[in-house]
Amino acid sequence: MKPPVPRRPALGTLARGLRARLVVAFLLVAALSALTTAALTFREARTAILKRTQDTAVQALRAQVNSQVPDLRFPPRTVDLVKFTQELERSGQAAEHWTIHTRYKDGPVVPGGRRGDKGIPEGVQKKVRAGIAAFQRIEVDGEPLLVIGLPVAYSDGAGEMSGLEVYAEVRLREDKANVSALVEAAQSGALPAMALALVPALFAARGVLRPVRELRRATQKITAGELDTRLKVTGRDELADLSRTFNDMAEALEENVAELRRMESNSRRFAADVSHELRTPLAAMTAVVDVLDEDAAMLDPDTAHAVRLISEETGKLARMVEDLMEISRFDAGAAALHLDEVDVAETVRKTLQARGWQDKVAADLPEGVRARLDPRRIDVVVANLVGNALRHGGEPVGVTVRVEGAADGRRLLIEVADRGEGIDPEVLPHVFERFFKADAARVRSEGSGLGLAITMENARLHDGTVRAANGPDGGAVFTLDLPLRRGGEEA
Amino acid sequence: MSRVLLIEDDRAVREGVTLTLRRRGHEVEAAATGEAGLTALDAFRPDLVLLDLMLPDKSGFEVCRRIRATQQIPIIMLTARGDDIDVVLGLEAGADDYIVKPARGEVLEARIRAVLRRAAPVDGGGPDPAAERAAAEVHGDLTIDRAGLLVSKNGQDLALAPSEMKLLLYLSATPGRVFSRQQLLEHVWEHSYHGDARLVDACVMRLRTKVEDSSRSPRYIQTVRGFGYRFGPV
Repeated sequence: MKPPVPRRPALGTLARGLRARLVVAFLLVAALSALTTAALTFREARTAILKRTQDTAVQALRAQVNSQVPDLRFPPRTVDLVKFTQELERSGQAAEHWTIHTRYKDGPVVPGGRRGDKGIPEGVQKKVRAGIAAFQRIEVDGEPLLVIGLPVAYSDGAGEMSGLEVYAEVRLREDKANVSALVEAAQSGALPAMALALVPALFAARGVLRPVRELRRATQKITAGELDTRLKVTGRDELADLSRTFNDMAEALEENVAELRRMESNSRRFAADVSHELRTPLAAMTAVVDVLDEDAAMLDPDTAHAVRLISEETGKLARMVEDLMEISRFDAGAAALHLDEVDVAETVRKTLQARGWQDKVAADLPEGVRARLDPRRIDVVVANLVGNALRHGGEPVGVTVRVEGAADGRRLLIEVADRGEGIDPEVLPHVFERFFKADAARVRSEGSGLGLAITMENARLHDGTVRAANGPDGGAVFTLDLPLRRGGEEA
Repeated sequence: MSRVLLIEDDRAVREGVTLTLRRRGHEVEAAATGEAGLTALDAFRPDLVLLDLMLPDKSGFEVCRRIRATQQIPIIMLTARGDDIDVVLGLEAGADDYIVKPARGEVLEARIRAVLRRAAPVDGGGPDPAAERAAAEVHGDLTIDRAGLLVSKNGQDLALAPSEMKLLLYLSATPGRVFSRQQLLEHVWEHSYHGDARLVDACVMRLRTKVEDSSRSPRYIQTVRGFGYRFGPV
């Protein structure tokens, strides 16, 4: 199992991560409230400013009209009206910069030709004619104007309308400047507010993210096999609950795994102990089977048969116990690799010679292939595979040594092929299992039933593997596949 | 044939091995403990010792060391395969060879003969028979008398165990030639090619402590990385 590599979150994940989402949410809320506050303030302030401007203008106009109207003859002629208008405009030059129009009864607007009465909104005119002072804000050529209309009444106390109407257009540009200053102020206030909002946003994100990150780290550790990993539980919130649940889970997991391991190691130790205990009596029996074999001929046939049987089965039992011990050592991780650099062709040839198989096996062994391996274990592997092929397959058995792969990842392949019927594809995945018998009818085979399992373990010990397959021309093909290593000598 | 001292604690194994060896014409004296074995050593004067490493008093290695302190007779350990540490310790203590239990009588016999051949002065075992002359050879400070099985350094005789002696004779017969561990196992120990190469390494180590001035920078028994060992050339 590969240990999980602690991953740095990708940029995309980071953008979609909790922290980013929390921060963005905080900023949105901050921006929204800043803007709302600014908008409300702006509206209120603008209304107040405009009202003040209007009030000031209306009052100023009223005062000027009041002071100048007494000089006007009634009913005024157009010339009088023009003069009156000019007087009013002049008086406003200092402060209000207004443009004055007047009209008497249904006469023309004075001065005419400038903007005419079209410039004065209907609503204002109507109200003024009805004797009510009115004002309206309009926009002409993008310039905001305040139009004020004043009806003039006689000052005799009866309040009778004189029929004179005074209209003033006051420019609002300066007020507009005031308002934009206000908007700017609101903007420049909103930005620092948002920047400030970042700080609590990051804090909140950290508060949520730290437990989440710890949870992730702990999960990774558990995945990597550190089952004693526990989280520190702080606080009483939902995340603390989650951490507590996680700890409970980890504890349960640890207990279960420990229990399983204990059971497994018990059963393995049992197998090892049994084989070990069997070995001493077997050693005594094995030492004397030669004596039995030699003297069997002198015994009566039944006894001789019995004696030979005991002799044979003692040998098998000894081999089986040896294989069991070997498997136990693999299971216990106590199998040692004694590496030595050897000539592969010679190694395989010696294996075949030692068992008298030279004539039964067609070997294709390229010279000069040197590899660092455990000669005894490779001998066991090759002997197992060839022995298997001779027993279950058919002669001639072919043994081929090959080197494959590029310079840095070269692999040593030892292939053993027979001419038998091959292996049923259904049982192919199981042939390396312990005590697996391909042929259910055959109750016992020659070997211990552990040969291929030991072969596989030996290959693994060399960081290699063994594959079983059926060849293109029929027959089973077993391939030992090892990394080809060189150099060094001590194991 | 030969006189074998068997030191083995398990009664059945002791009786079985004694029985099969006697059938093959050996004279066998069996001892159940290390102490009894050491006592029998002087009285029985064996040609060879078969020694169970796992004696109840755990003195197998100690027995081996004590025999080696005074005698260079062949010692074969009886051991269980896979008890790797035991084998290494036994070889370091001076054993010449080991046999994995359970072993048939013929295996015991073959190994005993091989070890006894190592101790016999007749066959030096060198790959080149022409080198086996009566005259002593001189290699640096070493004087090797193949016929008399005597090795001396600066005039002083060295006490070499049989496998050490045979290894030295075999390597020095062709100075400068490299032998792989597997080759040495086949020729010096008469094991199969796939035998335990630690026999060679342990023996080389012991031999170096006796013949070399400094085991760290050996002059006579040199390591050729990736291949094996060679003698000199001096």
